[in-house]
Amino acid sequence: MPDLTLIEAVNLAMHSEMARDGDVVVLGEDIGRNGGVFRATVGLLDKFGPERVIDTPLAETLVAAMAIGLSTQGLRPVAEIQFSGFLYPCVDQVVNHAARYRNRTRGRMSCPLVIRAPNGGGIHAPEHHSESLETTFAHMPGLRVVAPSTPARAYGLLLAAIRDPDPVVFLEPTRCYRLFKQPVEDDGEALPLDACFVDREGGDLTLVSWGAMMHDTRQAADRLAEEGIAAEVIDVATLKPLDMDTILASVAKTGRCVIVQEAARAGGWASEISANLAEHGLLSLFAPVMRVSGYDTVMPLARLERAYLPDVERILAEVRKVFEIAPKS
Amino acid sequence: MCYTQFLDADGTASGELPDFARDAQELRAMYRLMVTTRLLDRRAVSLQRTGQLGTYASGLGQEAIGTAAGFALRDEDILIPAYRDYAAQFKRGVPLQNVLLYWAGDERGMAYEREPARHDFPLSVPIATQVPHAIGVAYAIRLRRQPRVVLACCGDGATSKGDFYEAISCAKVWDLPIVFLVSNNQWAISMPVARQTGAQTLAQKAIAGGMPGEQVDGNDVLATRHVLARAIARARDGGGPSLVEALTYRLHDHTTADDARRYRAEDEVQAAWARCPIKRYKAWLEAQGHWDAAAEGALAAEAAAEVEAAARAYLGQPADPPEAIFDSLYAELPRALRWQREQVRARGPLGDGH
Repeated sequence: MPDLTLIEAVNLAMHSEMARDGDVVVLGEDIGRNGGVFRATVGLLDKFGPERVIDTPLAETLVAAMAIGLSTQGLRPVAEIQFSGFLYPCVDQVVNHAARYRNRTRGRMSCPLVIRAPNGGGIHAPEHHSESLETTFAHMPGLRVVAPSTPARAYGLLLAAIRDPDPVVFLEPTRCYRLFKQPVEDDGEALPLDACFVDREGGDLTLVSWGAMMHDTRQAADRLAEEGIAAEVIDVATLKPLDMDTILASVAKTGRCVIVQEAARAGGWASEISANLAEHGLLSLFAPVMRVSGYDTVMPLARLERAYLPDVERILAEVRKVFEIAPKS
Repeated sequence: MCYTQFLDADGTASGELPDFARDAQELRAMYRLMVTTRLLDRRAVSLQRTGQLGTYASGLGQEAIGTAAGFALRDEDILIPAYRDYAAQFKRGVPLQNVLLYWAGDERGMAYEREPARHDFPLSVPIATQVPHAIGVAYAIRLRRQPRVVLACCGDGATSKGDFYEAISCAKVWDLPIVFLVSNNQWAISMPVARQTGAQTLAQKAIAGGMPGEQVDGNDVLATRHVLARAIARARDGGGPSLVEALTYRLHDHTTADDARRYRAEDEVQAAWARCPIKRYKAWLEAQGHWDAAAEGALAAEAAAEVEAAARAYLGQPADPPEAIFDSLYAELPRALRWQREQVRARGPLGDGH
C-alpha cells in the first residue's frame, strides 16, 4: 500500500473512478495539460484524453453551469475550482440550479456532479485563495458538503461523492494537501457519506472538527493525552447532511465538547453543531459547548493569517475552560 | 446584420418562402398552436385576476417564436426554455395545465412526463443562468456522437448578464451544437433594450463569440421557423453554434404583478398590437386559401374547450401532501432529515387558503 499525500489521494481517486466508469469526466481551469494548479489532475489528460479531461475557459460560473449540463445528461462531472475564493461565482449555479433540479422537476432530472475546491488557509497564498466556504454551501438544501481530513478519507470520500446521485461540494483542506502521507489502497472502495468518523475514542471530552483543522485537533488530543485527558476525536467529514447521532452519542459519554472550525465564527458550522447539542444533548453536558474558530474578520493576507487560524494552543485554551467548569472527577 | 422577414405586419409575403410553407396541414398546425397558446395565456391571466393563480408571466405577443422553435426542433433535440417559451413547450408535449400548475406554485408543473418534453429542461426564472447549461448538455451530446441540437432560450435582459456571455464566449471553442435564441421583446420589466446595452443589435453579440448571429422578425412565424431550422440544421451537421435574435414585443405587463403603464407609453403598446404575430399569419393563411371563417370558428371552439379542460384539470388537482417537499430533494432522503419530514407529515394536510 503506497504512502500518499492528500493531493495524491485525490488524484488517485479520479484516476480510479475514470477508469471504472466511462461516464466520469473532469473539467476546470488548467486541469488538463497543466494538471491543475495544485496538480490534483496530473496524468488524467494523458490517460483519458481531452474529451473526458476538459480544460475550460477562465469562467467559474461556466464551470459550474457546464457541470450541471453534463450531469443532467447522465455523465458524472467532477469540476475543479482552483481556489476557494473563486467558488463565489459558482454559488448561483450550485444553489439555484444544481441543488434544485431534482426537487423542482419532482425527480425527473438530477445533477450527479462534484465540485472540488481547496478550502481554507495556512499556505501563505495570495488574497482570495484562503477562504473557508463550507457553511455557504452547507446551509443550502439539496446539496452534500464533504470535507475530508486525511489522504485515505479524501480517496474514499471522493469516490463516494462521484458515485452519489446528487450534487456534492467537495472541499479539500489546502493546508493538508502535502502536509503528511498515509497509506492509501487503490481498492475502489468508497467511504460512507452522511456519517462522521470517530478518529479515536476517549471518555473525557469530545473534540469535533473537519478538514484542515482536524490536523490541529488531533495534535491537541495528543497533548491532552499526555496530561491524562482522553479526548474522543470526531471528524465530521460530511457537513451536510450532518450526522448528529455520532456526535450526540459521544457527548452522552463524555459530557464535554469543543468544536474546532477554521471559518469565521458567526453562523459557522460549529454553531449549527453547537445548537443541535443544546437541543438534544444538554442534559448530558457538564459544561458549555465551546467553539474554537477563525475570527469575524476578513481572511487576513499571508503575514497575519496565523493570527486568525485556530491552532493547538487555542484549542487547548478552550478545553481548559471546559475542565475549569467541569473538572475531571 | 442579416434580418429575415417573410410576412409584413399585414400578412403580405415577400421573398422566397421555405419548403415547409407549402405544407398546408403543417401551416394550420402552427396556427392552432399560436391561437391555443394565446387562449391559455388569457385564461391564466384571468385566473390570476380572480385569485385562482399565483403571479403569472404572460407570453402575449410572443407566440410566434415559441411556435417556430417547437416546429423547428426535432424530438431528439433538447429545449432549454426561459419563461415565456410556452408554445415551444406545448409543441413538445408539456400539457397546458402544467403551465397553470407551475404558476400556481406547484413543482409538478415541471414534472413533464411525455417525450420529448420529458428530456427538456423546465422553464427558468433566474435570468440567463440556464443558458450556460447548454454548454454542458451540448458537450455531452458531442461526447456521445449524437445528432442532437440544444436550443437555449433567453430574453433581451439576459444578454446583459455574465452567464450569457460565458456561454456564448466558449460555445464556438468546442463547435458545440447549440442555437442561442434571444427573444427580444424590447422590455426587461421597466428597462428598454436601448438602456440595456449600447450594442445596435443583440445578434451582434455573437460576433464576440466567433459565431454567426442574425436577426429575424419574431412576430413572423414563417421567418422565425425558417431561420431557426437553418441554424439548427447547421449545428446538427457539425457547423457549430449560432445566435438568433428574434424581434418581438411584450404586449402584456412583465408579469401579473407588474403595471407597465408606470414606465411605457400606451401608444407604443397600441402600435405593437398592429404587428401582432397571429393576426398577420392568419391573414396570410387566408390569402393562401389555407384558412377561412369556418376553420376559425371550429378552432376557436376546439381551443376554448382544450383550455377550459386544462383549467379544470389544474383547478381540480389538489396540492401534494405537505411532506412532498422532502421527497424529491435527494435521490434518497438523508437520515438527518427524516425527523423533519415526519414533523411535517404528522401536522397533516394544510388548511384552506395556503
